[in-house]
Amino acid sequence: MKVVFKTVWDLPAEELFASGHRACAGCGPAIAMRWLTKVAGPNTIVVNATGCMEVTTTQYPETAWMVPYLHVAFENAAAAASGIEAAIKTLRRKGLWSGKTNVMVIAGDGGTYDIGLQSLSGMLERGHRVIYVLYDNEAYMNTGIQRSGSTPKYAWTTTTPVGKAIRGKIQRKKDIMGIVVAHRPPYAATASISNLVDLSNKLKTALEYTEEGPTFLHILAPCPPGWRYPEERTVEVARLAVETGYFPLWEYDHGKVRLNPPTSAIAADPKRRRPLKEFLKIQGRFAHLTDAEIEELEKDVVANLEYLAKLASL
Amino acid sequence: MSLPKVHEIPIGGIITEPGSSRRNPTGGWRSLKPVLHDDRCIRCRICWMYCPEGTIKEIKGEFVVKGKKYQYKYEIDYTYCKGCGICAHECPVKAIEMVPET
Repeated sequence: MKVVFKTVWDLPAEELFASGHRACAGCGPAIAMRWLTKVAGPNTIVVNATGCMEVTTTQYPETAWMVPYLHVAFENAAAAASGIEAAIKTLRRKGLWSGKTNVMVIAGDGGTYDIGLQSLSGMLERGHRVIYVLYDNEAYMNTGIQRSGSTPKYAWTTTTPVGKAIRGKIQRKKDIMGIVVAHRPPYAATASISNLVDLSNKLKTALEYTEEGPTFLHILAPCPPGWRYPEERTVEVARLAVETGYFPLWEYDHGKVRLNPPTSAIAADPKRRRPLKEFLKIQGRFAHLTDAEIEELEKDVVANLEYLAKLASL
Repeated sequence: MSLPKVHEIPIGGIITEPGSSRRNPTGGWRSLKPVLHDDRCIRCRICWMYCPEGTIKEIKGEFVVKGKKYQYKYEIDYTYCKGCGICAHECPVKAIEMVPET
């Protein structure tokens, strides 16, 4: 990661994501969108898959976006971005365009983990110079909180109700970073809306590395109605996810895995990790968990951290 | 409100005006209103960073508060503020207070 922004005072002030969009009060993805557009700048073409951020920001005839914006379906956001990148390449060859244009895909977890996985994989394999940003709110939120491949184990959703037969989602959360890293892109990273300087630096780095090939950014963006917590705690929940080790911050940079603070400190000294219970207890979707189930989830978190620390030491 | 004629609408669902969602004042959603106490504010930029709506405005200039000089001042745009309270919750010095909307 290249450190472009050292402190919060280096962050760009210009707003390219207008107010008046219909996202819920306390929306985590909306914070992510503000910072994606701010850092990427006006010379960016956004390709947005269907999802919360498409539904709430572009209600015809209004749009919150102040950058060129294209809405496509769930499954082909990366494919459409590949086409845009190819068109820019052609314009450049013909001498009609010489500036740098970022092509940025913004997709939710449904559009990345489940429906758009094939087009993402294709884009990564063909090596288009596109940045793919996944904002992860861990379910299909805009249609009414249905489970997705990103929903963690034991989480309540409307399609994985808590009752006698099942206790929330049965399966684990998919390791999307593992899938992306397996394509060997120049750069892939995770970021959280609670650590905005880290997020901005990673985005800036990823945009620079698109000169070489596709890059990927996985952003955790909590959702107050879906995760069932009071809306003022969005940033707190995102921060706890990082500090409890539930969502480690790390990056894959040209074959080298690196853990970023505060995850690097947590992996080095397990005592600095906050208990997972702190993250789970403020969310209503985990309200039914027993101590044994929390312990099981905690074991998964610790195992994941150890796995990443091992990757980083290679 | 007069609706545009068919031939006046761009083809293909194109929206030609960027940032036109500003026509939609979302301030009416609010039940709690954030009030910023300028005398307690330490200018850390945290509320400005974490606002999902971008309603906290950073105003540059010379501001003297209680004998201290500051280069910035923060103001809340109540036209769009949805009253989520992230700013008040994240403020390290509790300079933002949530008061019921009257």
